[in-house]
Amino acid sequence: MTTASTVRHSSPQRTQMSHSRQERFLAWLLIAPAFLVVFALIFIPIVRALWMSLHVIDLKRPALGQPFVGLGNYADILQDGSFWASVGRTAYFMGLSIALEVVLGVAVAVLLNQSFKGRGLLRALVLIPWALPITIDAIMWKWIYNPSYGALNSLLYQSGLISSYRTWLSDPISAMHMVIVADVWKTTPLVILLTLAALQTIPPALYEAARVDGASAWRSFWSVTLPLLRPTLTIILVIRTMDAFKVFDIIYIMTSGGPSDGTKVIAYYTYLEAFSFLRQGRGAALAWLMTLFIGVMAFFYIRLVNRETEY
Amino acid sequence: MRRLLPQIGLYAAAALVAIVILAPPIWLLISSISSTAELLRVPVHWIPEAPTLERYVQIATATGGDSAANFRRSLFNSLAIAASVTAICVTVGALAAYSFARMSFAGHGQLVYVLLISYTLPPIMLVIPLFRVMGDLQLLDTIQGLVIVYSSLIMPFAIWILRSYFQTIPADLEDAAMIDGCTRLQALTRVILPISLPGIVATGLFCFLASWEEFLIALIFTSSPAAKTIPVAIAEFTGRHAIDYGMMATGGVIAALPPILIALLFQRYLISGLASGAVKG
Repeated sequence: MTTASTVRHSSPQRTQMSHSRQERFLAWLLIAPAFLVVFALIFIPIVRALWMSLHVIDLKRPALGQPFVGLGNYADILQDGSFWASVGRTAYFMGLSIALEVVLGVAVAVLLNQSFKGRGLLRALVLIPWALPITIDAIMWKWIYNPSYGALNSLLYQSGLISSYRTWLSDPISAMHMVIVADVWKTTPLVILLTLAALQTIPPALYEAARVDGASAWRSFWSVTLPLLRPTLTIILVIRTMDAFKVFDIIYIMTSGGPSDGTKVIAYYTYLEAFSFLRQGRGAALAWLMTLFIGVMAFFYIRLVNRETEY
Repeated sequence: MRRLLPQIGLYAAAALVAIVILAPPIWLLISSISSTAELLRVPVHWIPEAPTLERYVQIATATGGDSAANFRRSLFNSLAIAASVTAICVTVGALAAYSFARMSFAGHGQLVYVLLISYTLPPIMLVIPLFRVMGDLQLLDTIQGLVIVYSSLIMPFAIWILRSYFQTIPADLEDAAMIDGCTRLQALTRVILPISLPGIVATGLFCFLASWEEFLIALIFTSSPAAKTIPVAIAEFTGRHAIDYGMMATGGVIAALPPILIALLFQRYLISGLASGAVKG
């Protein structure tokens, strides 16, 4: 991308144009409306959140005023065991759901890249979970997991896999895994679609060559397909970690962070602090910690992606 | 035989994928047309004896402050919000994206990335400081308030996709138009925008889907039926003590229909948009 635009701008005609003042003014003018909206509603709030995070703002105790505490909120949070527990749960959610999504996603994408009857239909079906709003995904699975009337219990019981009904969302560990299932069902299609798009750019001649060399299908997947998918998989990893780190909707609807905080991930923890306990200074500090963490991830990811796409 | 076995495996795998994808939403659909008595049967009654569209009729016709009527209202709120956000993001975004794709000025390269950073922010980061500000501006619990916040959140993404799309269009086209006497803006509106229609449609669809599905901000910023959106209305179904499972399923099916129809009808646009927005830098 960078190289492409450099080449374009260095053509003599372009250079001449970019020198004109009128052109530069127009370039800014076109950006101005978007910039104003984003500046007013994203950058000003971020700065305000920073200010809030340095004060005690407790809406339940207005008599306190809003004293400045420096990095006090941050220090409190970082010494709080429940914060680290929620970080741990978020990491577990991210790790397991992304691993499952990538493995299943690549497998289904490879399947959809074969030729068989009904392939077009199956490709269209993949779009359904992708398009389904996450809140609908959450109520759908919550209904399926319902301990008394749910389809999952009935299905497993009728096929003899369990001998009595289970309460899937009432145990912290089971609840976390059930939420992960709901998330994997909804998000694997994104991995499938992106991987399939990349698979279609691999020239068939490469597989042909591998076959002539006597490679099995399995072998040519590992030595031809996977190396060529690496840039795409890296980008999928970037998108998914950023998103999974912020997981909120599905937790709010399916478990409300429970039972016994078993699914209280970092975004839910922040939400509770700011809007349930109304400790907004602390909530703002948590939001900033989340953002810093995403920033660190993004920094390493940009380096990773640049390395991946350079060859 | 050696050829047949892999074929059978292929079709078995494809069938398994189809079942896993379809079973949950079909179950939601079946639940929405089963009678309440049947929904509470143990073990589950898989095929309803007397399918009924009663709940759909109820949502379409209920009046007053009834929960079905409120749900219908949230549907229209969501439609109005998603349509406005899409219109704003596509028009304002297209202008900015064109500038980023084709023109150069100091700080131009960095600014694109600044916009992208804003896209990775956790929404709670904006909700906490904006809550008071929106309250002061009388924008809490209004459709307008959500339109403004969503537009600013989705705009960077719209700019990003449109910019990648514009970059695929050869610059010679506008250069030719400008040599023929068009101004920059005319080149944009008469040459670039018409051939960018697929990219613009894809961007618009993404904006629509993103605002249709947003939950956290709507949850915190809205409190009355006048402004609540579909995701908030859906979440409320599960929060009650006596959950009406049938109504919850019906609401879910209705809310899922627009995005699923969009996805199926515009498959090609969305997939190419997805690939260019996400995969290409």
